[in-house]
Amino acid sequence: MGEFLMFAATGGEATAGLKVEYSSIIPIMVLAGGGIALMLASSMIRERMTAATGAFLSIVLTLIAMGSTYYTWKDLDKTGAYSTFMGSIANDKFTLFFVVVLCAALILSLLVSIDWLEERGVRGIEYFVLMLMSTTGAILMAAANDLIVIFLGLEILSIALYVLCGFDRKSRVARESALKYFILGSFSSAIFLYGIALVYGATGTTNLTGIAQFLSTNTLLDNGLLLAGVVLLAVGFAFKVAAAPFHQWTPDVYQGAPTPVTGYMAAAAKAAAFAALLRVFAATFTSLQLDWKPLILGLAIATLLVGSIVACVQQNVKRMLAYSSISHAGYILLGLYATNVDGISSSLFYLLAYTFMVVGSFAIVSLVGGQDESRRGLDAFRGLAQRNPGIALVFSIFLLAQAGMPLTSGFLAKFYVISALVQGHSYEMAVFAMLIAAVAAFFYLRIVVAMYTPASSPAPSPLVMPFSTGLAVVFSLVLTIGLGVIPSSFTFDAVEFARSAAGELFISSSTRIAGQ
Amino acid sequence: MTPVIAAAQSIGTDFPLLSAIVLSPVIGALIIALLPRTNQSLVRSIGLLSSVITFVFTVLLYAAFEAKSGDFQFVSAHEWLGQFGIQWKLGVDGISLFLVMLTGLIFPIAFIGAGVRENAKSFTAWMLALQAGCLGSFLALDLFLFFVCFEFVLIPMYFLMIGFGFDRRRYAALKFFIYTFAGSAFLFVGILALVFIDAAKTGGGVTFDLIALQENQSWTSTQARWLFFAFAIAFAVKIPLVPLHTWIGDTYEQSPVAGVVISAAVMVKLGTYGLLRFGVSLFPEAAHDVAPVLLTLAVIGMIYGAIVAAVQRDLKRVAAYSSVSHLGFIVLGMFAFSKQGMSGAVLQMINHGITAAALFLIIGFLYARTQTSDVTQLSGVQKVAPVMAAFMTIVVMSSVGVPGLNGFVGEFLILLGTFATHRWWAVVGTAAVILAAVYLLWAYQQVFHGKPNEKTMKVLDLTAREKIAMTPLIILIVFLGVYPQPALDRIQPTVDKVLMTTPGFAESGLQSDEPAPVHRSGAFGSGHSVGGH
Repeated sequence: MGEFLMFAATGGEATAGLKVEYSSIIPIMVLAGGGIALMLASSMIRERMTAATGAFLSIVLTLIAMGSTYYTWKDLDKTGAYSTFMGSIANDKFTLFFVVVLCAALILSLLVSIDWLEERGVRGIEYFVLMLMSTTGAILMAAANDLIVIFLGLEILSIALYVLCGFDRKSRVARESALKYFILGSFSSAIFLYGIALVYGATGTTNLTGIAQFLSTNTLLDNGLLLAGVVLLAVGFAFKVAAAPFHQWTPDVYQGAPTPVTGYMAAAAKAAAFAALLRVFAATFTSLQLDWKPLILGLAIATLLVGSIVACVQQNVKRMLAYSSISHAGYILLGLYATNVDGISSSLFYLLAYTFMVVGSFAIVSLVGGQDESRRGLDAFRGLAQRNPGIALVFSIFLLAQAGMPLTSGFLAKFYVISALVQGHSYEMAVFAMLIAAVAAFFYLRIVVAMYTPASSPAPSPLVMPFSTGLAVVFSLVLTIGLGVIPSSFTFDAVEFARSAAGELFISSSTRIAGQ
Repeated sequence: MTPVIAAAQSIGTDFPLLSAIVLSPVIGALIIALLPRTNQSLVRSIGLLSSVITFVFTVLLYAAFEAKSGDFQFVSAHEWLGQFGIQWKLGVDGISLFLVMLTGLIFPIAFIGAGVRENAKSFTAWMLALQAGCLGSFLALDLFLFFVCFEFVLIPMYFLMIGFGFDRRRYAALKFFIYTFAGSAFLFVGILALVFIDAAKTGGGVTFDLIALQENQSWTSTQARWLFFAFAIAFAVKIPLVPLHTWIGDTYEQSPVAGVVISAAVMVKLGTYGLLRFGVSLFPEAAHDVAPVLLTLAVIGMIYGAIVAAVQRDLKRVAAYSSVSHLGFIVLGMFAFSKQGMSGAVLQMINHGITAAALFLIIGFLYARTQTSDVTQLSGVQKVAPVMAAFMTIVVMSSVGVPGLNGFVGEFLILLGTFATHRWWAVVGTAAVILAAVYLLWAYQQVFHGKPNEKTMKVLDLTAREKIAMTPLIILIVFLGVYPQPALDRIQPTVDKVLMTTPGFAESGLQSDEPAPVHRSGAFGSGHSVGGH
């Protein structure tokens, strides 16, 4: 907390100014600018670019964006958190944390995409430009310090994703997935906008700092308008993070989308939406805690129940993992429910750990799915342990990590969330969340059992792990186990990373309040 | 012996013996993971070698162990997740010493007696991972580390079951996993609650250190009861204590032989051990207060297990429910809160481990020869396989509790200790001893006596390999039956230490070192001899 106060002191002046700090949006500039440049360049070259080239260039861009955070982080140590672009972009460690998570998700998904695209003979840069654009939107959401900018980021992210979901034009389910995502996504955007309008009506500003200041200095006698706005914002976010009962689009969209896109969507879209959700609720509507905490709790309980229980009866692995991602959202919401630095940092660590587990899992689903993506039922996984013991073992590790078994990042993620709950004396929620984990273990194990069951029909030939997918899987695996096992240094850094990010979120909010 | 002890003691001071014990199977498993799948015999040899090395370490530990002390020995600690005060902290005392040795012994025996022919690589690697998890649980002095090991054990066991078990293995494995996982939910929340209560009370940082938490005793008695309750659920599933025992029949029936040997001999002890180490010794007052509940559940388990065992047709299920019954004994002794009862309980954990391992091994041998463990389909094995029958006789007698064999010593101490403090529970519990004689001898007669039928006609006697696996167990059954003193000498100081913390014990219990009136021992002795006929 010493750090906390120090930043608070310096941050106050910084937030007040109307300066424009381009250094704070380097990742956005690199990804968006790079995406546009790639688009232009490819239109000037006669040859359609191969998937490998496109992926390589995009990964280089993403690495630059990711690398820039290192220097921004160091700068932040000196300047403290501040907002820029007339207070609409927050430059704090919280933003940087999400830049790293989102870029990592993008890189891994790009690696997995190469094989998917090559198998289908898809050439051209469009896929990669869309991916880069969606990450731009995601980063903008995480960095936004203004409801309108959040909406802007949300739309950039979502529109790119609508197209990506339907990228496999020949597939009927992919088209259905894209259309469904588009309609429900627009619907939720509208709700979100309406929420912004109501909050604006109640507070007179869309700037998060402004809202926090307004709420800390004014007591509303009749805050119905504000609360309605808060509820609508929560619903909008619940759509985006796929929290029950606003999750219905998730299974269909996840199932229909190309599997690399599903993995990306499950990791990045969720992370971005949570970034904005945390910033808006934990850091802006801090004084309304008593009002929104029951709402978040209700969402979390419903999400955990629906995600875990409905997953148990699924026959399609991709769909099962879609429900599993819903249930993960429940744990992350519980971190928010704890409403303290530990709770927020547990949500952040959960998102970090979850990103690698989920991208790794979907990479393997993509691999097993094969060319026409037809082999995604549990049957397709039958006998995998005989054909490809290595792949079966790795997938088992990802699934066990998602179930929260020790020595994986998934366990530590649950550990932090549960300990934040226990610290807040929410014992019954802690027990509930752990029992739900046992329910969830059931369907993860169903997949494991299928893999270790001999195939009945003539067994398909062993899968060949392509290099780039293999790279993504190995990377995810190393981080999944590494975050769970390696003492102090690595895990500790990751946790500290999440903690200082979470700490800054509160710093910036308290600075804002103190500034008035 | 003296040079060995000296050597061991020097090792104890300079060499991280406990870490070596936990990590040697891990290293073995990693080496195996790197070996080619095709070279099965190499994989098997490395696995056996690794488990023997671990066993040698545990023997060194025994040699260097200070018998008179009830404190933790060889304590070593390294920071793991510093922010939460989580350490890699290991230590051993009289309660865990023999469980560690048991784990060290049973794994090589399982490799010798119940190895697999096909897919030896994954079998061996998972077995070694399982061993590391068990040893870690027994040695951990950090609650987080304990939980990690306790929970991790499920993974290798699960893969052993689905990879090498019998027909309904998938269902059984799932049931086993979910059951235990759900039980652990309470333990997990309990541990965290305890740790944060402690941190709030002491005002210091969060610590998961068992010794520190035990000394602080920062919880109120209401909190202690809730925490004990949370812990007890997780361990009751593992033991298993009625009514949370329903996984055991399927698990024992469907697990591979090695898996069930480990499960019955070592893994269920994680439950009894956990209950003693983290239940009773962290919350002595709460444990003492709720003792009647646990005693009652234990007695119900003893009788119920015995009755259910008596009506089973499958030998594996007979043995499984006999385990339920025998583990009831251990819980009974533990919650009698008397010196004899608790020492008996700790000793009985070892005895049951040895006997159950031997029992399931023989059932496995029999199954390998006849493809059945249905009691009604087997008969006259004694004629065709006299050595197997002789071994089985000793094992059954040990399990029944015949004087002179190990089972008697533990059960006798438990009943003695319970009689002193909770008379009626002991009286009812004694019936389980008689019932044990009924179902075990009945099953034995069915299978081994009579004329060989077409199933058993061609049964071959034990091979040299199988005899090698059985011999150490038989020797221990007899040795611990005749001369349990070396074990009791090391168990007693720790048990005294645990009991000193329980309410009202210091004045009443410890002085009465020899409270055993002759007529009581006579009564139980005759009970046992009735069983023996």
